[in-house]
Amino acid sequence: METTLPALAERLARALGDEAVITDPVRLRTYECDGLTNHRAMPAIVVLPESAEQIAAVVRECAAAGIPYVARGSGTGLSGGALPRTDGVLIVTSRMRRILEIDVPNQRAVVEPGVINLDVTRAVRPYGYYFAPDPSSQQICSVGGNVAENSGGAHCLKYGFTAHHVLACEIVTPDGELVTLAAGDPGYDLLGAFIGSEGTLGITTKITVRLTRVPETVQTLLAAYDSIEAGGTAVSAIIGAGVVPAAIEMMDALSIEAAEASVACGYPPGAGAVLIVELDGPEPEVAAQFAEVERLCREAGAFEIRIAADDAARALIWKGRKSAFAAVGRISPAYIVQDGVIPRTALPQVLASIDALSAESGVRVANVFHAGDGNLHPLVLFDDAEPGAAERAEEVSGRILDLCIEHGGSITGEHGVGVDKARYMPRMFSDADLDTMQMVRCGFDPAGLCNPGKVFPTPRLCGEVPGVRKGPHPYEGKADIF
Amino acid sequence: MTAPQDLPEPVVGSPGATPPDLLGEGELPKLLGDCVHCGFCLPTCPTYVLWGEEMDSPRGRIHLMQQHAEGTPLSGPMVEHFDRCLGCMACVTACPSGVQYDRLIELTRAEVEREHPRPLRERLVREAIFKLFPYPARLRALRGPLRAYQKTGLDRLVRRSGVLDRLSPSLAAMERLAPPLGRAPRLPERVAARGERRATVGMLTGCVQREFFPGVNAATARVLAMEGCDVIIPKSQGCCGALSLHSGRDEEARDFARRTIVAFEAVDVIVVNAAGCGSAMKEYARLLADDPTWAGRAEALSVKTKDLAEFLVDIGPRAERRPVPATVAYHDACHLAHAQGVRSQPRALLTGIPELTVREISDPEVCCGSAGTYNLLQPEAAAELGDRKALSVRATEAELLVAANPGCSMQITTALARQGTRIAVAHTAEVLDASLRGLGAGPLLRRSS
Repeated sequence: METTLPALAERLARALGDEAVITDPVRLRTYECDGLTNHRAMPAIVVLPESAEQIAAVVRECAAAGIPYVARGSGTGLSGGALPRTDGVLIVTSRMRRILEIDVPNQRAVVEPGVINLDVTRAVRPYGYYFAPDPSSQQICSVGGNVAENSGGAHCLKYGFTAHHVLACEIVTPDGELVTLAAGDPGYDLLGAFIGSEGTLGITTKITVRLTRVPETVQTLLAAYDSIEAGGTAVSAIIGAGVVPAAIEMMDALSIEAAEASVACGYPPGAGAVLIVELDGPEPEVAAQFAEVERLCREAGAFEIRIAADDAARALIWKGRKSAFAAVGRISPAYIVQDGVIPRTALPQVLASIDALSAESGVRVANVFHAGDGNLHPLVLFDDAEPGAAERAEEVSGRILDLCIEHGGSITGEHGVGVDKARYMPRMFSDADLDTMQMVRCGFDPAGLCNPGKVFPTPRLCGEVPGVRKGPHPYEGKADIF
Repeated sequence: MTAPQDLPEPVVGSPGATPPDLLGEGELPKLLGDCVHCGFCLPTCPTYVLWGEEMDSPRGRIHLMQQHAEGTPLSGPMVEHFDRCLGCMACVTACPSGVQYDRLIELTRAEVEREHPRPLRERLVREAIFKLFPYPARLRALRGPLRAYQKTGLDRLVRRSGVLDRLSPSLAAMERLAPPLGRAPRLPERVAARGERRATVGMLTGCVQREFFPGVNAATARVLAMEGCDVIIPKSQGCCGALSLHSGRDEEARDFARRTIVAFEAVDVIVVNAAGCGSAMKEYARLLADDPTWAGRAEALSVKTKDLAEFLVDIGPRAERRPVPATVAYHDACHLAHAQGVRSQPRALLTGIPELTVREISDPEVCCGSAGTYNLLQPEAAAELGDRKALSVRATEAELLVAANPGCSMQITTALARQGTRIAVAHTAEVLDASLRGLGAGPLLRRSS
């Protein structure tokens, strides 16, 4: 018997309580998008569970009814990964925000998925530890969302992504079972597969995170350049010298203008680019390398170098960088945050091409990037009130991704594919590649109810013969590999 | 009904200055367009902290406003989420995109007041609040019975019976919040500077401050005088209109604003010791911007309005600070920190007192739940927020709580009392007064409320 959405809503309300189930359209609409607003879909039902068991119950009900569902944390994603289904349930973890355990001797903490990234650090800071992944949205993004997207951040150059800081996840599988995936378990690295799966393999309900010792010392400098190219030269020189900074970030003139308007970070006026370099670690090592970094920055043509004298000065330097995305709202009515990766060495070429693209199309592009690992965040600006402007911006944004692929890079560094970039996946992967990935997905979610429509341009049912194409089946003779 | 005595003649707006249609002229769509949906406001929003749901966050409320702007009529659920907003403006501080949420919620509240009929019971409570609190004379009339009520112990009996909670949660909240009342000395119209005069300042006495915390006003006047200011306290002053302004009762607010402008036109600086009042007066320029007769005068008043701490730091300390050996927790009132950006000044004044230690309260940006009339209109949410704040205050292990807004003081002491803790509470002015007069910490600590 087919369960209708109203019937499902009633069953969910019985399981979770009326107050945890939203069906009023006015309220539902506030959940129609996450941090990426150009994709919107009003969910049919929103649930606000307070425990792993409740999430499992919701998933079981959805599975039984054949109704799709999507998990959402704080709703800050930038690829529409948590875009709801109009015919489905949105499972919001924002009420699951308890830090369940802090185990300092073993350097780990256990948290619920709705816990805010920065709150983990706040809780363990008194013991001399922190949670290393630091997306720019760390003041609000959830750890569950970090797991789904395998979030990075400015410091992942040295410390790695979320995947490197998660030791175990309790998850609800798409058939409603609670299981724990742990790092280092014998057999396949299922935790590795789960982290970064963008909510398509299940919903995490409890996360054991690794805590990182607060470095003995941190040194931060801000170097101002006339041009992005000069800044890029400095980046290459620093990495080439064998220094592994905690972070190297670059911003161009337009993004500096936005940050300045937003948080008055006081970057050197007239800069065509600023570079933020941060080193951390044992005092003597940092002191020696910092002197070298400073020298290399100067040699590359920095016209001003500021060294943060204390935490407050460091915070101000970072404030400009971390607020850059949202700050662009000050200089443009609307914008697209792009996320692409290129080899570090291709930086000057790609930036020149983006410049040319911008000049040719008349669409302004502000650039913010994790320069150390070649992760670009071009911000494509447009006025949504102007007819056709959004489409032109979208076009430029897509062509930037093409540039990334042409230079041997990737269509996403850390924001995920979600719904926004699914259509670019075939530019990077062959049909066979995509089918292989979908087979993994079918292993977890054969019914295709768990965040369907994300990551892959053409979802397929798991019983279906992969690839209705001419020629031999892509897995023919290779099935034993999987 | 005759007009209460302390109200000046009604001051009317210039003819033709009909209230501007605030939702017209594209201001709202422009303000809404500033939001990029990043969510950075969520963790500082008190109701999001409490309930973790999108529609009770600034981002969600802006979304609701957008829905309404696009034609969705105001509905019960929509209004409920607007009503639940404390107007604390923590989101304005947190927003990297410069969204003027304070303006947005004000416009929205005015729209709700105009367009959305409220149930009778709610209307009565609201009318009662707005017919009482902005009128010092009416509050004064209440003082006698309230004192008797407290002195006879009837208050404890009533609270135990729970009769008020059944009758009206708002009334029960009001009863619980009322501070213990002592004598209320009247201030003269002029207090002369001690020593060489450095400035002449006007002083706003407020409504709740004046009737329920008269000691704060007396301390404020003394501190200003000891710091070399002639203090002018116009008798003609009434309510500044803060409660009305922050509740969408724009016409009422404009009326109060005009009276306040007239009362203080003669002075060059107006010192305000209540955060909510100061923030409202700094908004007069905008409130009366469309009234040709009053716009200039309103602007002038806004410019010369200073919070007490802001003003004292501006002129710099001159009087000798004597020791006040005490550990204090300083509470940021939202309308001081978020609305006026006054955070460092009160701390600077307090740390300038010998032997006084200032402790920070965790999550200082999150509202205590007082928020003007919020603790009367949304008593449950306010109580939850009060409880959270009380826990943070207790964690500081301070012996004295310093807050610069009467609403916060009442709210936090009520919450602490619910948790079985009593703590002395003082306004920054009273701590300074104790220091300047060499009274030590004793008088401040003994008055545990």
